[in-house]
Amino acid sequence: MADDAKAVAPDFSNWSCPLPLADYPAIVMGHGGGGKLGNELVEHLFLPAFRNPALENLGDAAVLEASGARLALSTDSFVVQPLFFPGGSIGELAVNGTVNDLAVSGAEPKFLSAGFILEEGFSLAQLAAIVDAMAKAAAEAGVQIVTGDTKVVERGHGDGCYITTAGVGLLRDGIQVGPHRARPGDAVLVSGTIGDHGMAIMSVREGLEFESPIRSDCAALNGMIAQVLDAAGAAVHAMRDPTRGGLASTLNEIAQASDVGIVIDEAGVPVRFEVQSACELLGLDPVYVANEGKAVFFVAPEAADRVLSVLRAHPLGKDAARIGHVTAEHKRILVARTAMGANRVIPTMIGEQLPRIC
Amino acid sequence: MKYLTEFRNGEIARAMAREIAQIATRHWKIMEVCGGQTHSIIRNGIDQMLPQGPEASVEMIHGPSCPVCVTPLELIDKALAIAALPGVIFCSFGDMLRVPGTEGDLFQVKGSGGDVRVVYSPLDAVELAVKNPDKQVVFFGVGFETTGPATAMSVHLAKRRGLRNFSLLVSHVLVPPAIEAIMSSPGNRVQAFLAAGHVCSVMGYWEYPPLAEKYRVPIVVTGFEPLDLLDGIRRAVMQLEAGRHEVENAYSRVVTFEGNLAAQKLLKEVFEVTDGAWRGIGVIPRSGWRLNADYRGFDAEERFHITGIHTQESPLCRSGDVLRGAIKPAECAAFGKECTPRHPLGATMVSSEGACAAYYNYGRFLSAEELAGAGSALTGAAHG
Repeated sequence: MADDAKAVAPDFSNWSCPLPLADYPAIVMGHGGGGKLGNELVEHLFLPAFRNPALENLGDAAVLEASGARLALSTDSFVVQPLFFPGGSIGELAVNGTVNDLAVSGAEPKFLSAGFILEEGFSLAQLAAIVDAMAKAAAEAGVQIVTGDTKVVERGHGDGCYITTAGVGLLRDGIQVGPHRARPGDAVLVSGTIGDHGMAIMSVREGLEFESPIRSDCAALNGMIAQVLDAAGAAVHAMRDPTRGGLASTLNEIAQASDVGIVIDEAGVPVRFEVQSACELLGLDPVYVANEGKAVFFVAPEAADRVLSVLRAHPLGKDAARIGHVTAEHKRILVARTAMGANRVIPTMIGEQLPRIC
Repeated sequence: MKYLTEFRNGEIARAMAREIAQIATRHWKIMEVCGGQTHSIIRNGIDQMLPQGPEASVEMIHGPSCPVCVTPLELIDKALAIAALPGVIFCSFGDMLRVPGTEGDLFQVKGSGGDVRVVYSPLDAVELAVKNPDKQVVFFGVGFETTGPATAMSVHLAKRRGLRNFSLLVSHVLVPPAIEAIMSSPGNRVQAFLAAGHVCSVMGYWEYPPLAEKYRVPIVVTGFEPLDLLDGIRRAVMQLEAGRHEVENAYSRVVTFEGNLAAQKLLKEVFEVTDGAWRGIGVIPRSGWRLNADYRGFDAEERFHITGIHTQESPLCRSGDVLRGAIKPAECAAFGKECTPRHPLGATMVSSEGACAAYYNYGRFLSAEELAGAGSALTGAAHG
């Protein structure tokens, strides 16, 4: 089968490791789902092509040294539909997403760029609302949008409005965090309820109505993270914002990057009742659902309580919880203890989470 | 009542498991019919809670009712062909998209420009047909009796609204004939059934007493939450120990003897019973539904005349044996090696309700020792 794929698509032979990609000869939606397919694109296509030490960390932001200053650089694109949803819009997401990627890398976010791809016919009033949301989000996060670009594509060639932001931040002195730094014994903390953003989007798309609508948790986390780093400093080993692919994908990525096992207590993971209900209805597992205002922390066990109380004192972290720990057992595997007392593996998703039939 | 918490109470579950261990004095094999039950059993580790001693044990055998898994390969190939046609909007439930046909899956058709859409209800497909009069909208109607009424309602509405651009690719299959096929197959090991609660919410359980009588087999209508499943298992074991073979309803908060009569009337209006092809198992007499003469005009197979389908199953895949309960997924030589959710050889490795995928996803590829290691690490957390 691999040979056949090579025969019809000779371009693949130029790739350093074509085989894992060759069973999907074209891009499928799963390549953007935050799961294995996307990771394979990075590992087998982007990384070999662009290889350099700053990229190889595969952190949320690249860490750069320039004239003695340590900088973090990150970029993210936003293609969410609908553009406006309970709790926010593509505008807040575009600012907060990049701010959070910088913050979880241990940097203080400073400057952002914004690129807009607009579809012919897109309402100017909607664009103004998005830009206004971006300005407010930037002010709240304490960052400035200092450069930008606009392109327009013909009607039918875009979905209204796509935004790409990039951001630069200053790394704090004495902070060494990264997805590869989790150690056996570390406590795993999450800053609040999971799955809110993904289910807010899904319930709008699927027309689900609840007594109280599910709101996106979209928020800039740099203020809360700065307080955590002030309180715990070098005891914080890894941080990440579990966006696409949710908590499960983030924990699996860190287990792999750090070559450790991770154990979580399923009943201890905070999930809103309405999010859990919506997930049950649609046949989804909240551990795979996206968040836009949550962070996961891996901290030395002796600092766990201190970090937890700092988080809970912050408005964005009031539902924070200690959900598990890092172990030297079952390396690179995430295991959850179920409420029944059994253990189950939580794997990395292949592509997108598929709603079940019944 | 909070179904999401009260029916998942670990303490009550452990007490029920202890009770089952006290009742069981012999080795019993019970089949849960429905893939949703398989998913819940493996996800929650309920099979690990059951007695597994040398004197007495309760073993769960996973049944064939995962709609994704038993949809015939030929029909999936037809779906791929129809979905690739220009001017077609092909609508499907989500988990059909990654099921491998002979060549590729619906995701690939979508990636190459086919208009494939995930819907949660067949009625959404009818709406699409109304909004896109210049397109042919096809709904892939798969599933058991549970999803049947929604499929039937879609075509009923399409007919009433005079939609000429809506059709169904139908593969609905029925549970009672499958139970009959399993009980009458040579080498059958199943001694009791947990009937699928959601199927019975539509159909009731009036079809089961003759089966229980004919094969002298206990049948317990069972739900999907951990405590529902343990209650169903407990009742089945009590019957087996007492030598009874009755039909019991352990899911009375949802299921009645008659079932949903309005839904059954609609099913009768739209479908007729036909021999059904089950992927991995073969043809089971009178085990499927197809559109009847009044609705035949909405049959996508007739509307699109797809020919030249040559199906080929992987020679390594033993999903048929898994679906019949003859082997456990991990006993297949390809399990976790040639066949993973990333590279499924058969449909049982695709759907989260497929037994192979449930085993793989919840870590049944780890050895017992490795999982025990995880357990002790967890105990450490509780004390630390």
